[in-house]
Amino acid sequence: MIQKSDDVIVRTVARSLMPFILIYGLYVVMHGHYSPGGGFQGGVILAAGFVLLTVTQGIERTRQHMSQKTACVISSVGLLIYAGIGALCLILGGRYLDYGRLSQLLQVDQPTARSLGILGVEIGVALGVMAVMCIIFFSIFAADETE
Amino acid sequence: MIVKELISAVFLSAGFFFFFTATLGLLRLPDFYSRLHATGKGDTLAVLFSMVGLAVYEGLSITSIKILLIAVFMFLAQPTATHAISRAAFRCHIQPFTR
Repeated sequence: MIQKSDDVIVRTVARSLMPFILIYGLYVVMHGHYSPGGGFQGGVILAAGFVLLTVTQGIERTRQHMSQKTACVISSVGLLIYAGIGALCLILGGRYLDYGRLSQLLQVDQPTARSLGILGVEIGVALGVMAVMCIIFFSIFAADETE
Repeated sequence: MIVKELISAVFLSAGFFFFFTATLGLLRLPDFYSRLHATGKGDTLAVLFSMVGLAVYEGLSITSIKILLIAVFMFLAQPTATHAISRAAFRCHIQPFTR
């Protein structure tokens, strides 16, 4: 069971850094297709923000923002986005995750469609990774609570 | 151009000097608190100097702004981490060094 930190310096700095951590996570996700980064790394950075929130503000406060149920729903939605884009390409007549086929649906040329398809898959992966990391972290401390 | 490179070299050398002293303090000082004292402050200042040197070398662009943002966040996060570690050590009853 993690209590709220009784140290005002740590609490204040963590609270003021939290939005920047989330923005940096989104930046890593969004620039995944032409610079280092991507869905997995960005998702882990987003989850690290929640871990920092748990360590400094206590687990009850974090559960208000990201409960076990919300995390399960978000991880399923992330997987649905990933598999859905892949299946959409399959339905449109290409191979699984063949983003070029999305150009018929989005009314754009092939390279743009590929870029948008990769971005969509990255967002799905990031949501899934973030939620699953949060579930793992919460589960460790839930096991700690029952003792 | 040569002035820019000179300024950048001065900043990077200052950063190197503080990294060196911080590592020397980590290796040579006697106990946990004094080692934390050396690395906590030395590394923070060294990162600031190195990042400013790199930003000056890069010139005014989006890359140098990103580098300066790294310096700002290191300047916020590193002293806080040092403070948290030293507080945890105090809670665990690690005794300070006395002669």
